Amino acid sequence: MPTVFAEDSVGLVSPQVLHFKEPLPLACGRQLADYELVYETYGMLNAERSNAVLICHALSGHHHAAGYHSPDDRKPGWWDSCIGPGKPIDTRKFFVVSLNNLGGCNGSTGPGSRNPETGRAYGADFPVLTVEDWVHSQARLADALGIRQWAAVVGGSLGGMQALQWSISHPERLRHCVVIASAPKLSAQNIAFNEVARQAILTDPDFHGGHFQEQGTIPKRGLMLARMVGHITYLSDDSMGEKFGRELKTDQLNYDFHSVEFQVESYLRYQGEEFSGRFDANTYLLMTKALDYFDPAAAHDGDLVKTLEPVKADFCVISFSTDWRFSPARSREITDALVGAKKNVSYLEIESAHGHDAFLIPSPRYIQGFGRYMNRIAV
Amino acid sequence: MRADLEIIQEWIPAGSRVLDLGCGGGELLAYLRDHKQVHGYGLERDPDKIAQCLDHGVNVIEQDLDQGLDHFADDSFDVVVMTQTLQAVHYPDRLLRDMLRVGKTCIITFPNFGHWRCRWYLARQGEMPRSEFLPYTWYNTPNIHFCTFRDFEALCREQQLRVLDRLAVDRDHRLGALARWWPNLLGEIGIYRVTR
Repeated sequence: MPTVFAEDSVGLVSPQVLHFKEPLPLACGRQLADYELVYETYGMLNAERSNAVLICHALSGHHHAAGYHSPDDRKPGWWDSCIGPGKPIDTRKFFVVSLNNLGGCNGSTGPGSRNPETGRAYGADFPVLTVEDWVHSQARLADALGIRQWAAVVGGSLGGMQALQWSISHPERLRHCVVIASAPKLSAQNIAFNEVARQAILTDPDFHGGHFQEQGTIPKRGLMLARMVGHITYLSDDSMGEKFGRELKTDQLNYDFHSVEFQVESYLRYQGEEFSGRFDANTYLLMTKALDYFDPAAAHDGDLVKTLEPVKADFCVISFSTDWRFSPARSREITDALVGAKKNVSYLEIESAHGHDAFLIPSPRYIQGFGRYMNRIAV
Repeated sequence: MRADLEIIQEWIPAGSRVLDLGCGGGELLAYLRDHKQVHGYGLERDPDKIAQCLDHGVNVIEQDLDQGLDHFADDSFDVVVMTQTLQAVHYPDRLLRDMLRVGKTCIITFPNFGHWRCRWYLARQGEMPRSEFLPYTWYNTPNIHFCTFRDFEALCREQQLRVLDRLAVDRDHRLGALARWWPNLLGEIGIYRVTR
């Protein structure tokens, strides 16, 4: 008997790969001679090619945003709560494109791919990429798919930064821009957390200067620590308190340093452990650098209003009350600058206990607001 | 459209930039956009009303007015509108000053606590007035800063603001000859246009 998926699921999906032969010039001054992008699509592109929505992923995301790769999959794609028939990004209306960014470790060309110049894995030799570079590569993907203009570019966190960059780099190529739980640039505190994560990886003896693949090792401890510190910033104090409190895994305190005593320790270790088994350390470094470097207003002496003046898209900016990684104030900066630049923008500040992670969690108010905005988009 | 909004829209020049404080479902802004090429934003805090704004394609910013208008630059709007909300904010005086920092003119409507019905209710019952129009008990009401027309005009004088227009209407926003004659006693709702 075939497995039946929920009515609001996009069901079975399979990734596709596109090979690009035209060299991609990068912000760092280097270029990628040729590269591949892996992506998925959900829904149907209409005859006018006017209903395409691009999903930009966050730090550890990838192309598999919705549906299932096999009927046996335990979990659907990472943003399945928001993509599907009747969901905010309604696949009955939109043709959704979701890719794995360049430099990623889920199929697109990245540090784990073969460097054509050496015949070995790029490793640490993979160029440092910026959000602008990603948008550039995504525009090439749009060209290849015959999408001249997106109905919307949508992203959360680092994905929101890509959406924002799209509106600046290619004003004519998107009608709507949805920026969720994001920021116009990182704060010193954000960069500081990223640096701790990078140091955890860089100082892992198994990292081998980024060429661990050749050594047949994985900097597992470093990646695990990086993820643990990152994960703390994704949750709110309240949600951690509610989930774990000071609950113990053991019956009593052991008065030592190696036992896993508190539930929260166990949870973080599990998260770190799981992540270190599926993510590439060089990709993690690259993603955090792209975050740190993102600052579109820098080209205009820090004037975000001026930066956004050429923008043509209408915006929906969404933040979450307990997000302290990219707090509502950061989303409000984007909103205020858009108002200053006389652009159309709506701003939602959703009450949520889930911290930064709230953008992945389908709370009723979030789904309602996001859905109502998407629903209004003409295709 | 609500009758007060019908009156207000006439006071808003075509093509102007408008900020609507407590914009509700975005009715006024949608009308102004469709009929008068107005570019506007609404501030609202009620999630359902915000969703209605999104349905109308009206720019809505989720914000509590008690936070003030620090997010908006001086002179960034031609008109700042606030209907039936003045009495519900914590610092009406600060907000009024802020509105006229951000906008060149302001349109404000509020219920007149000096209306004869309020006075009669208080005089006769010795209790805070309640009505169909203002149904709340004193201890559980969003309306924490009631004022009369005279009170409001005194505040305008204190802030050296000029009242450009004033209409006193009844609860259905009808203009009556009586209210024109003695607004502070006979007008239920005041609609003011104020500038620096």
